[in-house]
Amino acid sequence: MTTNGKLKIGMYWAASCGGCDISLLEIGPHLLELIAAADVVFWPCAADFKYKDVAAYPDGFIDVCFFNGGVRNSEQEQVARLLRAKSKTLAAYGACACDGGIPALANLRTVDEIFASSYLDNPSIDNPGRVLPQTTFATELGDLEIPRFYPHVLRLADVVEVDYQLPGCPPQADRVWEALQAVVAGALPARNSAVKVACTDKSVCDECLREKRLEKIAAFKRPHLAIPEAGWCLLEQGFVCNGAATRSGCGAKCPSVNLPCRGCYGATGDVADQGAAFIGALGSLLEAETEDRARELIDQVVDPVGTFYRFTLASSDLKGRR
Amino acid sequence: MAQATHVQPDAAATAAPWQPRIVAFLCYWCSYTGADNAGTARLKYPPNVDIVRVMCSGRIDPALVTEAFARGADGVMVCGCHIGDCHYISGNHKTMARMPLLRRTLAGLGLEDGRFVHEWVSAAEGEKFAKLVRQVVEQVRALGPLDWPGRLRERGVGHGMDLERWREHA
Repeated sequence: MTTNGKLKIGMYWAASCGGCDISLLEIGPHLLELIAAADVVFWPCAADFKYKDVAAYPDGFIDVCFFNGGVRNSEQEQVARLLRAKSKTLAAYGACACDGGIPALANLRTVDEIFASSYLDNPSIDNPGRVLPQTTFATELGDLEIPRFYPHVLRLADVVEVDYQLPGCPPQADRVWEALQAVVAGALPARNSAVKVACTDKSVCDECLREKRLEKIAAFKRPHLAIPEAGWCLLEQGFVCNGAATRSGCGAKCPSVNLPCRGCYGATGDVADQGAAFIGALGSLLEAETEDRARELIDQVVDPVGTFYRFTLASSDLKGRR
Repeated sequence: MAQATHVQPDAAATAAPWQPRIVAFLCYWCSYTGADNAGTARLKYPPNVDIVRVMCSGRIDPALVTEAFARGADGVMVCGCHIGDCHYISGNHKTMARMPLLRRTLAGLGLEDGRFVHEWVSAAEGEKFAKLVRQVVEQVRALGPLDWPGRLRERGVGHGMDLERWREHA
């Protein structure tokens, strides 16, 4: 246990892909400055710490803990509670911890459907005994247990009190470095889980350099089937770009390389439901004078739920499928 | 995981049968006046509708609809001026595009079609409004309680929730 006066930071991955852990490395040479000011005391992705090491820390031992990923099973919930107790500051890091992220799209399916797809029905699966994972297994040495799978993907803030949220899939390196500098300088804003840091309150459109020509959408296009005209607003061209309903901070990186915004920074400012906000925006941009024409255009939108709530289903009003 | 129940605990414990609760967002210039028209003409329609008057159906943010469902509405109605009649010229053109898109989204979230109704009602169409309410109340009654807050509670969503049940039954 280090007692050298340096800051102690931790990072954990729950229901996430590992991209957030990589994104912390994206700060590049700044890592050296970070390591000069802070010791890593827990980071399963990068260093060999055990849960029991963390449990042995006194409460509040970790100065700042970045928690990425949502909470999908009992292990993640347990670690979230443990890290909350052991951390002075707990930050939800990345879209999954803040808003559920891509894993929360599983809230559109029941546990049975997910298990059937993962263990029984996928074409690549060979499971003639139709075996499903059991949470306990009796051995001579005692019962073995694996974490329990919860029926819903939760945000970190659904499980424990969160001090800050850093949205993004993953959080963009410059913003992360700004946040880390604030940590090192002791210049963090007042704690408030509702306030997101390392981003702005405005929309991605605000940072996007593409030209808005105030033209209405005449047809919807998909990014893998059409090449956008350079420099012109993707949404006006008919590509479903979530930028209008998405918080900025990323520097509009995706639109700058012809990819529509996927919405990973979540809803803007005070908006609670990103998908509903985007439906509101999209509805005012269609080139339709009649109801039939509006419906014809709307029917071209592929997978509305998955598109509008791609990263924020766990934060949305309805939070999942009925 | 506990099976979803369609009976609200309070309703089950008391004798009062469940009644559908429907939130209706009506535009000031046409549909609210149409509802008023139904009232002054003493047309009967069931009292299950909570009317929210807004200045224009173009002001009805889809989030108002999702929030109504999330807070326990069994059905939501959105009514505005007929296309061409909007007091603000094009407000309802936005509604005309938003609501079908919202309907597809709600369908993707597992809401039955009959729970979300979008219809044009002019200031003169009191009879149409009364008939619409009767029809919506009946179709929502047939669908049964939605109880979205109960479903969220059951899944342990919300701060300070108790995950104990999941740990035992998952």
